[in-house]
Amino acid sequence: AFAFNKNAFEAKSMADVVKAYGAGAPAESKDVTLTAPDIAENGAVVPMAAATGLSGVKHLLVLVEKNPNTLVAKFDVTDAVEANFSTRAKMSQTSDVYAVAIMNDGKALYTKKEVKVTLGGCGG
Amino acid sequence: MADPMRIRAQSQGNNAVVRVLMSHEMETGQRKDSAGKTIPAWHITNVSATHNGKPVMSAEWGPAVAKNPFLQFTVKGAKAGDKIAVTWKDNRGDTRTDEATVS
Repeated sequence: AFAFNKNAFEAKSMADVVKAYGAGAPAESKDVTLTAPDIAENGAVVPMAAATGLSGVKHLLVLVEKNPNTLVAKFDVTDAVEANFSTRAKMSQTSDVYAVAIMNDGKALYTKKEVKVTLGGCGG
Repeated sequence: MADPMRIRAQSQGNNAVVRVLMSHEMETGQRKDSAGKTIPAWHITNVSATHNGKPVMSAEWGPAVAKNPFLQFTVKGAKAGDKIAVTWKDNRGDTRTDEATVS
């Protein structure tokens, strides 16, 4: 039951991640919400939440575009949970953050927000 | 064996809000040690949760999830007294399951 989509986690852009999950070209949508700070003082711990009120959601993804690998986390949505997940991510530098909803019909909808990082979280 | 997770499940209307704090290094595989050698990646790859034994959510995580990960999700139709269990597995094959009661 524990699958791990290596292609998706090694992808370098939002479009490649969406492709790795077999979805079509992503479109911006107001129905997907992303909660993240405007400025993250510490890139090692950046709270972010992805949510949508749409029905028929298969996966919710959280992505940080300029990280070495774009995909942070993928959540499988079932009837038993709300399509609303919060976690904390690392960010290497100031970047656009994406919340992407992959729908049962293969559509990909996203919302993005720029988060400024004053101290990177990937060490060096 | 990894340290236990801290799980709190609170009833909210017809749902239960579950907050989980896991104890894990979440090493990215990007950092180098003082000798200049890359520290291998060591992170949680899979997380799943059950409500009274029935699977309700699963997730795949990359190394970009922060150290000692936090996760919040909402289980529909969970009442006080119900059991929520959370399991994680990391890329070294280590795994841990902890359970909490909805209050």
